[in-house]
Amino acid sequence: MKAPALRLPAVIADRASVAFLASLAVVALVAPLLNLAVPESSPLHLSSYAVGLIGKYLSYALLALAVDFIWGYCGILSLGHAAFFALGGYAMGMYLMRQIGTRGVYGHPVLPDFMVFLNWEELPWFWYGFDQFWFALVMVALAPGALAFVFGWLAFRSRVTGVYLSIITQALTYALMLAFFRNDMGFGGNNGFTDFKDLLGFDLQSDATRSALLAATAVALGGAYWTCRAVLASRAGRVLRAIRDAESRTRFLGYRVQDYKLWVFVLSAVLAGVAGALYVPQVGIINPSEFEPINSIEVVIWVAVGGRGTLWGAAAGAVLVNYAKTWFTGALPDVWLYALGAMFVGVTLFLPRGLAGLLPVRSRDA
Amino acid sequence: MNANLQPGGAVAAEPRAGAPRRGAAPGGRDPWREKREAAAARQPSVLTGDVLYLQQVTVSFDGFKALDDLTLHVDPGELLCVIGPNGAGKTTMMDVVTGKTRPDAGRVFFGNMTNLLTMSEPEIAQAGIGRKFQKPTVFDFLTVFENLELALAGEKSFWRTFFARLTPRDRERIDEVLETTGLAAKRDTPAGTLAHGQKQWLEIGMLLMQEPKVLLVDEPVAGMTPQETERTGELLLSLAGRHSVVVVEHDMEFVRSIARRVAVLHEGRVLAEGGMDAVQSDPRVIEVYLGA
Repeated sequence: MKAPALRLPAVIADRASVAFLASLAVVALVAPLLNLAVPESSPLHLSSYAVGLIGKYLSYALLALAVDFIWGYCGILSLGHAAFFALGGYAMGMYLMRQIGTRGVYGHPVLPDFMVFLNWEELPWFWYGFDQFWFALVMVALAPGALAFVFGWLAFRSRVTGVYLSIITQALTYALMLAFFRNDMGFGGNNGFTDFKDLLGFDLQSDATRSALLAATAVALGGAYWTCRAVLASRAGRVLRAIRDAESRTRFLGYRVQDYKLWVFVLSAVLAGVAGALYVPQVGIINPSEFEPINSIEVVIWVAVGGRGTLWGAAAGAVLVNYAKTWFTGALPDVWLYALGAMFVGVTLFLPRGLAGLLPVRSRDA
Repeated sequence: MNANLQPGGAVAAEPRAGAPRRGAAPGGRDPWREKREAAAARQPSVLTGDVLYLQQVTVSFDGFKALDDLTLHVDPGELLCVIGPNGAGKTTMMDVVTGKTRPDAGRVFFGNMTNLLTMSEPEIAQAGIGRKFQKPTVFDFLTVFENLELALAGEKSFWRTFFARLTPRDRERIDEVLETTGLAAKRDTPAGTLAHGQKQWLEIGMLLMQEPKVLLVDEPVAGMTPQETERTGELLLSLAGRHSVVVVEHDMEFVRSIARRVAVLHEGRVLAEGGMDAVQSDPRVIEVYLGA
């Protein structure tokens, strides 16, 4: 007997996972290639604008994956995930701001421009450490994770579920938006952070850096997919689906439902934070509008369109809806919100399993 | 001191060889009699005290007393049927025992020393009280096997289940319950596609996985075909002895066939209890329930 040449880990060995991860790998390799190696005169050349756009879509896909992980498999409909996304983005933004150094408008060696503008004398304590990349990375996970832990601990322990949970997650992101709008918060007020120069010494405007960021986002998305699949394939994953379908029954079986919800909520928030951290250097700005409640709702629409309860479907939904958004806001800007609404209504009525439901590959895990 | 009720210990109940005690039923007029007696014969022979004891329990919702000074006991290994008209407090009684509802007054003990009123729902489930709901609630998207797997007794924290692997002993236990409930052929079928009766059996099987000392079963035969009802009766009787079984049921025919001891609830208290015949001839019972 011949041993198989390549054995995939069981959790990502199903056909849908292989197709999803393979297409991610193709995008991560081909897009930079078409941008960097193909001359601009060639019709195959991919513009730097397109590379940035794809990178942005992939970070949105990671956010959608995070939302689908808890909504599709544990029944937690979070309408505040943009808050975790933005917190991760702010953590990365703080690092990028400190990398500007003396190249800012005011040329202050330590303080970012907005602090000089506000006549601040010294760096607030919570900005310490953000000149170190590793510290920023830790905070990218820790800030949204800790918030999700405290919020989830309170909410799930009190058995806040369903629409009530959705509403308080909206309140959470709205409250953070108002807080971040304030100048004295020390996060740049309504202007947020922008004018980033470089990351780890690489110029953010250069094509190579943009391609690397795209590839990094694809890798993060693939890793997050794998992580979520590993959780879902374990017995804990079956408990999550049990909670989704019959919560009180699960409790009577002896499972502490609130603990399960808390852990997946924290994991999901961390993934959203990572998505935000990858998003910020690619779009070059982060400001409090990222906390707007509407953003979190849009994520839910991406997931519903792509297919709730299939992780790859959620990721695909994010890319498709955002591609449509890019197209509409260019061609028919006034129509976009109607189109988005129509898409959501149409999918809800006619495709309860989203676009993923149209495909013949049906994962039994759904 | 009741050695049988130590946490983790099973209610002593080796099936006795040669049951039933009094030989076959004469004339075969009551085909259930033999099974009832066989189940009774498996009960521990020594009087070991109550496995579950509710003392003067009162629950009121906005002034309405769902339970009014209710006192009820369950013996080890017995099969107790609780009947009563709608609103008599049957479901509330189960809610109190499982920790879903906290009573305004009274005491609820599991064994002689476990005070259920200070415990949460998962703790009570872990301690050995399993509950089957009226509506079958199995996990539709999981297979029969996976449903039973989730019901396995043991550590149930997130991290433990994340790293959990099925041991050969776990598999054996699951297979055993698949046999008991007659679902072996449906092992890899998604539970959502099972027939109504099979779902009920699966749910009873899930309770068995937790190796409970007490099984609370709410209306097990509602909506079942006669064949399914009969099969369910046999299943419940086969469980008595090894476990204490409390059945809440409306179907009098069914109760008559399986019950040895019946408690009639009315307006939140026990109106009568005893054998089915004694209870049925009690004038108060006839007035509020059976005679209606």
